[in-house]
Amino acid sequence: MAEESPSIGRRRFLSWFLGTTGGAFLVSVLYPILRYVSPPRIPEASTSEVEVGPVNDPELVEKGFKIVHFGADPVIVVKLSDTDLRAFSASCTHLDCIVEFRKTKQLIWCNCHNGVYDLTGRNIAGPPPKPLTPYRVHLVAKGPGQPASVVVGKG
Amino acid sequence: MRISATALRSFLDDRLALGGVRGALAHKTVPVHRYMPFYYFGGMALFFFAVQVITGILLMLYYRPAAGEAFESVEFIMTTVPFGWLVRSIHSWSANLMIFFAFAHLATVFFLKAYRPPRELTWITGCLVLFLGLAFGFSGYLLPWNQLAFFATKVGTDIAGAVPLIGGWLLRFLRGGDRVGGGTLSRFYGWHVAILPAVTVVLLALHLLQVQIHGMSVPPQTADEARQRRPMRFFPHFALRELFGWTLALGVLAALAALFPWELGEKADPFAPAFQNIRPEWYFMFMFETLKHVPGGEILGLEYEAIPILLFGLAGLVLLLVPFLDRGVVRTGRSPAFTAAGFAALVYIVGATAWGYRSLAPVYAVLATGAVVAILSLGTRRAGGEGQP
Repeated sequence: MAEESPSIGRRRFLSWFLGTTGGAFLVSVLYPILRYVSPPRIPEASTSEVEVGPVNDPELVEKGFKIVHFGADPVIVVKLSDTDLRAFSASCTHLDCIVEFRKTKQLIWCNCHNGVYDLTGRNIAGPPPKPLTPYRVHLVAKGPGQPASVVVGKG
Repeated sequence: MRISATALRSFLDDRLALGGVRGALAHKTVPVHRYMPFYYFGGMALFFFAVQVITGILLMLYYRPAAGEAFESVEFIMTTVPFGWLVRSIHSWSANLMIFFAFAHLATVFFLKAYRPPRELTWITGCLVLFLGLAFGFSGYLLPWNQLAFFATKVGTDIAGAVPLIGGWLLRFLRGGDRVGGGTLSRFYGWHVAILPAVTVVLLALHLLQVQIHGMSVPPQTADEARQRRPMRFFPHFALRELFGWTLALGVLAALAALFPWELGEKADPFAPAFQNIRPEWYFMFMFETLKHVPGGEILGLEYEAIPILLFGLAGLVLLLVPFLDRGVVRTGRSPAFTAAGFAALVYIVGATAWGYRSLAPVYAVLATGAVVAILSLGTRRAGGEGQP
């Protein structure tokens, strides 16, 4: 450094100074923008149980299944008989489409990419990488003469 | 005060230095050879882009980008606004034709090796504009807020989530939250009408400027032919031919919009199962079809579905860098390996797309018959032409 003329040293110092200032300025502008475009995480009220409706709900009887709101998540309730009802997360584990129950084939099916699950939620064919998360189902008696009510709860 | 045209012209000339531009345009020529018709593809895509800008601005006058209103506002445009059905149908049809011609333009430029130096940046800006075109298509697809759009967006954004390391952030960034909803719609609208147009206009301007600087590329195999034949003057000969094509295109657009108005479908319901035969826009079909045939599983912490997604991303990058990867073409004007690779990609894309639309088999039969007839008649005409003195 001693051999260099002082003006070169000063120039280098000033360039470094300018560069750092420019960099710091850029970071101070880009950081808030980057934070701004990342959506904030909104806490959701946790749902533990959802009442689906009576066990003889026309949709359940006719199509054999019903998609219900479990908080913000879709849950599929499949009715196999008056006492055998099952519930799973309705979001396909492949690419997030909503699955349906195919009565004729007795399978849970995703129409987006032909993903197939059996009636325990296990992925048995097509692209899905994981089984569907199961939900608890129980029937609550509603009094004499009234059909029992289907209630879905977290696993 | 009366202003004569000449006075106005000289006023503008002095202030905007238009003389140079006019001179350059007057001297601009286009090489003439047997592959010349391919020169019109880019201009055709440009025409449809202009239509998109105009109809897009018109749609903005009635469209409302909110989950509770978007579908209803498009319904309003289609049923109540005078000529609303026309504007929206033209916007949708023109979008598809624009992508089609952009792909056709890309393919011809690729196979005719027009990316040779000094046109590397023309190629790169062109590829980027095509990618932006796909982003336009993807973001615009969601805006009517119907079931089809809803699931296409769910799948499309979930695919982005498969990208290693930044996937999780990318998914939330695209969706504007954890799920596809009103937040996603606001974001997609913002990209579709502000960010993408701004970036596209800049890149497109650079692309067109490059074309003006370097002129049209003469394919190596027609170099002799182009030398022997007299180039065509851009003004008025080439420009008028282009204008003829554009007029034809506008007629086709109007006919398509009138005969096949774009469907609206059912309003998006986040709690309804995806319906059968759900599919994306045709230009994403080959990727969609590929994803259907990849089984579920995991290797080294990477889900199988991520593999084709990463490969498609890599293919896009390779496509962008073709001018720098294809070194042989500079010396010899030929690069059979790249031609073969491009042909293989084209066969895969067309094949997977056709397979995805296999339910349309009867339409294929009609098209194939038409193609055979066209080829035969062309062959006969050429043979006849050669036979004449």
